[in-house]
Amino acid sequence: MRKMSYSGTVSLIIGYAFLYLPILFLIIFSFNESRLPGVWVGFSTKWYHLLFDNEELLAAVLTSFQIASMSATSAMILGTLAAVSMVRFGFFRGRTLFSGMISAPLVMPEVITGLALLLMCVTFERLIGWPSERGMMTVTIAHTTLAMAYVYLIVQARLQDFDRSLEEAAQDLGAKPIVVFFKITLPLIAPSLLAGWLLAFALSLDDVVLASFLSGPGATTLPILIFSSLRLGITPEINALAAIVVGIVSIGVTIAGFVMVRKKR
Amino acid sequence: MGRRGVFVLAGREWRGACNMISDGFLNYSWQQGQEKLNTLYTKGKNSQRKLVVFLPYLWLFLFFLIPFFLILKISFSSSLIGMPPFSSIFEWVGDNLLQIRFNFQNYLSLIQDSFYREAFTSSLKIAGSSTLCCLILGYMMAYGISRANPKWRTVLLLLVVLPFWTSFLIRVYAWMTLLSTQGLINSFLMKIGLINFPLQLLNNSYAVCIGIVYCYLPFMVLPVYTTLEKLDPVYVEAAFDLGCTPWRTFWKVTVSLSKPGIIAGCILVFIPAIGEFVIPEILGGPDTIMIGRALWWEFFNNRDWPLACALAVAMVLLFVAPIMFFQRQQALALERGE
Repeated sequence: MRKMSYSGTVSLIIGYAFLYLPILFLIIFSFNESRLPGVWVGFSTKWYHLLFDNEELLAAVLTSFQIASMSATSAMILGTLAAVSMVRFGFFRGRTLFSGMISAPLVMPEVITGLALLLMCVTFERLIGWPSERGMMTVTIAHTTLAMAYVYLIVQARLQDFDRSLEEAAQDLGAKPIVVFFKITLPLIAPSLLAGWLLAFALSLDDVVLASFLSGPGATTLPILIFSSLRLGITPEINALAAIVVGIVSIGVTIAGFVMVRKKR
Repeated sequence: MGRRGVFVLAGREWRGACNMISDGFLNYSWQQGQEKLNTLYTKGKNSQRKLVVFLPYLWLFLFFLIPFFLILKISFSSSLIGMPPFSSIFEWVGDNLLQIRFNFQNYLSLIQDSFYREAFTSSLKIAGSSTLCCLILGYMMAYGISRANPKWRTVLLLLVVLPFWTSFLIRVYAWMTLLSTQGLINSFLMKIGLINFPLQLLNNSYAVCIGIVYCYLPFMVLPVYTTLEKLDPVYVEAAFDLGCTPWRTFWKVTVSLSKPGIIAGCILVFIPAIGEFVIPEILGGPDTIMIGRALWWEFFNNRDWPLACALAVAMVLLFVAPIMFFQRQQALALERGE
């Protein structure tokens, strides 16, 4: 392998500094006593105390987790079904429309998807009386629609590159298609299902636009809450929250890294 | 099967997805005619198969296709005060006479009102320039990673994706605290005596550009990296042996061979950037009008739903559809070339 060039190292340093310094400063200033974001006054954990006393925020966290787990699960199921039908079923009627619909949410600006789903809710409510109000249910539907496109992308990539002779062997030995799917295909694509579920979960936890269009007064998600407080200005409580999120993510990734290294051995 | 686990998110699966993306973003959706269809489950009962297709089909039909036709329909109605705040296009006049009234006023006002024209041009400018900045920085990083020791590559890639897993809003907020008048950059510059008064760094279109580059950088690095990784160093060596200067080699060999990745990355950054709402709302000023923000205002603040719908239709026609078309041409050209 060629030696790392000087310019390559410099560009990497610039890039990673750009990616990580803002987050680093965010975490450092979450321990700042002052409210001002640029002046270090002294060490304090008061913003963390304020954060954990904020009941509105804790309720929003709970709502967000509920919506994220529901929408991730349904997106995983629907996305997998879509991937199986696109990759394994050959031609069926309406296949072109189907493939267009499943990948369209990926390229559609979020404001448009949000607007479209809200109009649909309003129209359905007038026609059949459901959904009677906007809340967790409607946000879950929106997140599922967006996330199933991502799950589909991941699962279909996996379905396309694994060894099909296993499925063929099972079928030749007389297994019914449904048995082949559950005994052979599903275990083989399980890692990509997990990956899809996690991605869907993260997308749902992160979404402001769809949730703002589709949530009602009773269902404030965490991003909506953060977004409305950001519109008012800077508050170190958000720094504390950011530090906690970054901490959880880094711990998760480190554990995953260790698991991976162990499996490799 | 090798190593798989949660880690795949940052490693293999992401790269798998990006491989596909850089090989012609979403081209699989356009190639059904050409691609070899695997019909393994054809022996299965037709009813079972139908059910498998039916569920996601119904879901997308109800929650994606119909809503878009609703947008199109409502964009032709006129706004009213009431709930819902728009008139109906179809109306029964008398017993068996259906009146259909299309109102083109919304589209006319999009053309006539300079506010929307400005919103479109400034969206294009901001999204275009941030895509360019993203490309420069992202290409540098992808190039650096592809030249790094193979042992370190996975870790370096993981480090690119890691901020992506922290909240989007938190990343935008990080720049808000850095750029604000009492923020770190201003207080540092004042401390070293470079400026006497804080600079207005926040609430302008530069801040929006920085925010977009910061948030969407992984989308550029990953597809560019996948094409650079596949690039055979033999080509570069051949160019050197034939007496090409390093800069010319880089330009003529490396950059031109990584074109699919560059195109994929630019599309992946440009599309979300053009419709962006959150970043201009937080980092932009009142005069930073982007089209997504204009749509939001029309909908939530002015409660002019038909105009918001017309904006959405215009956005799809002007930005999303041409890019998808271009993408399809690219994918077809790639196929013909191979």
